[in-house]
Amino acid sequence: MPGNLLSIDALLIAAAAWLAIGLCGLVAPRNAAFISRVLFPLGAAVGIGMGVAALNALGGEAQTAVLVIGLPDLPFHLRLDNLSAVFALLLGFASAGISIYAAGYFRKGAGASPGVLCLEYHLFLASMLMVLLADDAYAFMVAWETMALSSFFLVTTDHKHEEIRRAGFLYLLIAHIGAIGILLSFGVMTGGAGDYSFAAMRTQELAPFWSSAAFLLALAGFGAKAGLVPLHVWLPEAHPAAPSPVSAMMSGVMLKTAIYGLLRVSFDLLHTTIWWWGVVALVVGLVTALFGVLYATVQNDMKRLLAYSSIENIGLIAVGIGLTLIFHAYRMEALAALAMTAVLYHCLAHAGFKSLLFLCTGSVLHATKERNLGKLGGLIHRMPWVAWLALAGVIASAGLPPLSGFVSEWLLLQSFLFSPGLPHPWLNMVVPVAAALVVLVAALAGFAMVKFYGIIFLGQMREPALQDAHDAGPWEKAGLIWLALITLLLGVMPSTVILRIDAATRQLLGTGLADKLNEHGWWMLAPISAERASYEPLLVLVTIAVVLLFTRWLVKALYHGRVRRTTAWDCGYHFEGPRAQDTAEGFSQPIRRIFEPMFRMERHFPTARDTKPYYSVKVEDHFWYWCYLPVAKVANWISTLIITLQGGRIAVYLMYSFVTLLVLLLVARP
Amino acid sequence: MISLSGFFGQLFAIALALVLAPLLSGWVGQCRAWFQSRTAPPLLLPYYMLQKLFNKDVVLAHGASSLFRAAPFVIFGCMVLACAIVPTLSTDLPFAPAADALALVGVFGLARIFISLAGMDIGTAFGTLGGRREMLVGFLAEPALLMVIFTLAMIAQSTSLATIVETLAHRDMVIYPSLAFAGIAFTFVSLAENARVPVDNPATHLELTMIHEAMILEYSGRHLALIEWAASLKLYAYSCLGLALFFPWGIAPGDDFLALAAAIPLLLLKLAIGGVLLAGIETVNAKMRIFRAPEFLGTAFMLAVLGLLVRLLLESKV
Repeated sequence: MPGNLLSIDALLIAAAAWLAIGLCGLVAPRNAAFISRVLFPLGAAVGIGMGVAALNALGGEAQTAVLVIGLPDLPFHLRLDNLSAVFALLLGFASAGISIYAAGYFRKGAGASPGVLCLEYHLFLASMLMVLLADDAYAFMVAWETMALSSFFLVTTDHKHEEIRRAGFLYLLIAHIGAIGILLSFGVMTGGAGDYSFAAMRTQELAPFWSSAAFLLALAGFGAKAGLVPLHVWLPEAHPAAPSPVSAMMSGVMLKTAIYGLLRVSFDLLHTTIWWWGVVALVVGLVTALFGVLYATVQNDMKRLLAYSSIENIGLIAVGIGLTLIFHAYRMEALAALAMTAVLYHCLAHAGFKSLLFLCTGSVLHATKERNLGKLGGLIHRMPWVAWLALAGVIASAGLPPLSGFVSEWLLLQSFLFSPGLPHPWLNMVVPVAAALVVLVAALAGFAMVKFYGIIFLGQMREPALQDAHDAGPWEKAGLIWLALITLLLGVMPSTVILRIDAATRQLLGTGLADKLNEHGWWMLAPISAERASYEPLLVLVTIAVVLLFTRWLVKALYHGRVRRTTAWDCGYHFEGPRAQDTAEGFSQPIRRIFEPMFRMERHFPTARDTKPYYSVKVEDHFWYWCYLPVAKVANWISTLIITLQGGRIAVYLMYSFVTLLVLLLVARP
Repeated sequence: MISLSGFFGQLFAIALALVLAPLLSGWVGQCRAWFQSRTAPPLLLPYYMLQKLFNKDVVLAHGASSLFRAAPFVIFGCMVLACAIVPTLSTDLPFAPAADALALVGVFGLARIFISLAGMDIGTAFGTLGGRREMLVGFLAEPALLMVIFTLAMIAQSTSLATIVETLAHRDMVIYPSLAFAGIAFTFVSLAENARVPVDNPATHLELTMIHEAMILEYSGRHLALIEWAASLKLYAYSCLGLALFFPWGIAPGDDFLALAAAIPLLLLKLAIGGVLLAGIETVNAKMRIFRAPEFLGTAFMLAVLGLLVRLLLESKV
């Protein structure tokens, strides 16, 4: 950094700048043009600056700062180390794209006023940054709660709708269940010493039972925020309810703060690792990933589909964390580093492509006012920019080369291939088979993404109103291009990126991949050795592009480039209307059929005698019926018991006070 | 970096793939006809077909988008890349480190996504139906294929195709039971992935049973030619992959021309035998209903996992 300005100071300035921008929004809360054209782009610039500062901090020494705000004698301890820097990098660069997009997205009219929205949005950004910097439990929880509350208000921007309020409530409820878990975990980690700073927790020697308790509490607490099964139910409700830039921010960035927290607790604060923690994380991750992707394929609302897809990706990240924990517990640090790199890389990749896809749904939503896949279609003709940029997100999300999603998947599968070396009698056999499930998840993700893209952008328009759809505006386009570029760069330059984020792996595990990667050129990713496995995404991309262009030129040169336009052939059938196409329900029918027990379905089939035949299918989440509704029933039952105490008569209440007083006097008798 | 001989060797391998791929399709068609006591079409039929299609105008439906027009070129590019990655003649070509077995599966996946999307683009009933079925076959076949690759990767301690081939070709004559399971699974997967009987029928004229053909119904002219060529390249790539993984003998370890030239006759022989076997499989089987395909590919997946378990349980000391 220039002069003696530390990176952590730069990051704190960024947080302060975001706060200031947010407050500026309140100066002219109704001036939408000022807020969207000046404040949001400023926020994006701060994001880029912050990302660059975090990039600079990578590989350096940890920096600390003390912020004298908060309670007296209880200042905020802050610390910027390599792990924080990786996630700050993610926050900065992803939020820059989203903020630029938001400059064109938020308009006057709907829901909260632009000024309030601007404040909530930038408060959300600043609080996420503070979560990453916090170095004591107190600062962490304050930032964590600020993040939860500001995002709650953002989700409920359009609070006039009943279902949006319900979604917001559900989100808030589960966020707080998670917060309790995190708080208890911190409590356990202090070991009763009463010192809540992370530095003190690092020096605590906990008994295996207590450290396991702390890990499980943290897994549940951060899992609630990240969307691990069974605490995932808020995601598919909150994402469709929130405005698209907010969904993008929550899915792309906020979920990663939970991953950050989990990594911080399990590798940094708890310095011992027990092997079965990894198994727990692995199993939870696998269930989450499989569940998420299966439900993603059967959704008919585009944002719900993406929300379930986020659950899937978080599941894959959890699988990677599980694998890292297992390797780490057996002191196989080189392999742990491989799995950890897969985790960090997937966090970065997912932040890029999922934000991109959510923003694309935002543009579609603006252009068509429609979230239901059954009423979309053919938008590539009206929105070519959005459609082609969304394709980048779709390919990355399906985990295909040469874009970002494939790199992390490749690293994850490579680390699975090593698990037979584990010195454990049955773990070394079962874990490779888990890789089979990971592969199934990846393949199903491709199915979900083809459905998402094909139904929205391809085919005939399913509604006449779609003819009036318009492409994204310049600000929106800029944001989408930025995120698509991130997706591309993460895809084709994995070695360069991994060399930068390797510092975080090294900090947590003591070893990294840098030495191996430095043996080869920047274009080659060979984390163990070139004989063992290598991948050169740039060569893949260039080859496909060269063959494509060369063939195109050659065919035109040798033959001709004539094109005629006519009606579709369709084997001579003349049912050409849009209703002849597959619907969203129809597209996922094979999945519903093959994985029938996984879904809770209500179906209506037409009979031969129906004069107005119709078919409907409603797919619901099993977990509502298995976990949540029983709990709600018990809570209701307890409430009805308590109601009998509340007769509504003041005399009875006075008697309660009297009895309480008597009891207290008896108990407190000296 | 890349040596000059390596570069030309790679170009030669790609050119050979481009030439041999339609020939392989023609050969399989001929064998099929003989098995079924029909008069065989000429061996060069696929070339005549390509020539005819390239000469014809492209007839585009009104609803065709830019993606529809770009997709044949992308698919063709993916398949050429796949043919360059699979070690056909030599294990020491410049593209060998570009992508390992996992990335190869990814490249096939990329082509699949594009062809499915292109099928959905016009918005006809058959196109979307084909796209959906292709993705169905894809998500069932891909895990099985990767499990096969995992088994081999555990034997060779590597996912690099070159290393796998080297290891398997120069090993002592040890019998790996896991390879038998993996081989059967791979055969199942290849049949499904290349739209062959019993999962799909490349010669079908019945729209409702189509998978691959349904997606490309709207294509014509040079677009169709490229897709047909890409399909035959895919068959060639899968055949060569199977040969490289399970019958790796004869693939040259160097990149000089003599070694490459020496590897050609053996490759031709292996491909010819493979073509006869494929035609045989296609003749004795009937196409199954689309909803039997999950059972078929599920069996392949189970066999591949079994192969992996056998590898881990019985052979871990080998």
